[in-house]
Amino acid sequence: MTARATIEATLANIADKDRVLNAFTDVTAERALAQADAVDAGQVTGPLAGMPFAVKNLFDVKGLPTRAGSAINRDRPPAKRDAVLIERLEKAGAILVGALNMGEYAYDFTGENRHDGPSRNPHDTARMTGGSSGGSGGAVGGGLVPLALGSDTNGSIRVPSSLCGLFGLKPTFGRLPRTGSFPFVSSLDHLGPLARSVRDLALAYDAMQGHDPEDPFCATRPAEPTTPLLNQGIEGLRIARAGGYFRTMQMPEATAAVGHICAALGVTTDVEIPEAARARAAAYLITTAEGAALHLGRLRERPADFDPDVRDRLIAGTMVPAGMVIQAQKFRRWFQEAMVRLFETVDAIIAPATPCSAPLIGQKTFVLDGVELPVRPNMGIFTQPISFIGLPVVAVPVAGPMPIGVQIIAPAWREDIALRIARHLEATGAAMAQTPKDFP
Amino acid sequence: MTDAQLDAIIDAMLPALGLHAQPAWRDAIRMNLAVTYRLGAAVMAFPLLDEAEPAPVFQA
Repeated sequence: MTARATIEATLANIADKDRVLNAFTDVTAERALAQADAVDAGQVTGPLAGMPFAVKNLFDVKGLPTRAGSAINRDRPPAKRDAVLIERLEKAGAILVGALNMGEYAYDFTGENRHDGPSRNPHDTARMTGGSSGGSGGAVGGGLVPLALGSDTNGSIRVPSSLCGLFGLKPTFGRLPRTGSFPFVSSLDHLGPLARSVRDLALAYDAMQGHDPEDPFCATRPAEPTTPLLNQGIEGLRIARAGGYFRTMQMPEATAAVGHICAALGVTTDVEIPEAARARAAAYLITTAEGAALHLGRLRERPADFDPDVRDRLIAGTMVPAGMVIQAQKFRRWFQEAMVRLFETVDAIIAPATPCSAPLIGQKTFVLDGVELPVRPNMGIFTQPISFIGLPVVAVPVAGPMPIGVQIIAPAWREDIALRIARHLEATGAAMAQTPKDFP
Repeated sequence: MTDAQLDAIIDAMLPALGLHAQPAWRDAIRMNLAVTYRLGAAVMAFPLLDEAEPAPVFQA
């Protein structure tokens, strides 16, 4: 099959199915067909040759204003250059077909968007995709593209991966450059891929690795390819289940999914991630304060143009005392050092990705441990402590009436371990990206 | 914190920051501020040494 034929089929599929899924906000058909012809002509080669992909619309796409899920950003001039990760994927042969729906300014775990409408879960279109990379989850979950890029500040790759039943990788903080993406919280923002197979996830990740001097947080360490290591299995790895905090505040499907994955891996030991609740609280503080600072000018000048759910959180975020944020940053180092010590005893930790499978679109609250809580900030209670200190995580999907994900957490810079475990789970059938019955 | 205490903070901070909030936004702002201050209190309660360094670093 030629790359042109692949892209023509992809574009037709998007035109058909995205009327329901609402994953795409822009389709870059002309550029995709031109890139496909370049692949077919042998002008572009690489491990991803001919693979369609799409990106959350906070990535710069040359010729488009980078809307980042907002109405306000549509007034920006079109981007003059693609984001670096798009450049790297296209250099490896992948073909960009469009930009994807997301929660406004990435301050969201639902996949809902007041301006573009909600992205819809392909396993049940009445339900959320999760956010904020909601279109990324819907597009890959619904089979519109095999690969999408998202961003993850507090869980925004792992939450939609969980709710849409996908493999998602949040790499170590600083591993992949963010150059050419619209920020949210610079000290917490990560970019990464979502895919239906671990091999696609690893191939994309490997193609995107490498230092970029334009992102001051991007590490200078060389690329460490993971694809050659994928099939090494789990022998010799010390894997434990996160106890304490990570065994509370969840619905039965989340507990069952973690139990299923632990059984498949032969995990019988719990470890305590120290002060996890406080880590989540500190991440919340830094997020709301940094995010509010980023948007203060827009909050002054165009408050009515925000999604109210985002605006009112950001306005509250402008009122965080500086001392709280500084204490949160100091606690962050304490927590990071405690996790380094913990990882001297284990190689990977298993934890829930979300407290439940996909809630209904529009659902405002859920009940966890007998307490009614708002959905929007609390879908990330298990992802937030982990990204707080930048650890790499692969979310693996567990099949069911509605899928749900489990986090495979590895030490810093050891994406290879998390991907190996994910591949083992995929190969043994314990984890799988199930096909939605309405989007075969 | 009580609603009155939170409202006092909001009333003081909005003009100081150059922000204008419609009355209809008040309940949501107060609710979010209450969560933020509750979580902030938990973080502030953690004992740290005077020598504790914040996490973000850069090299000149």
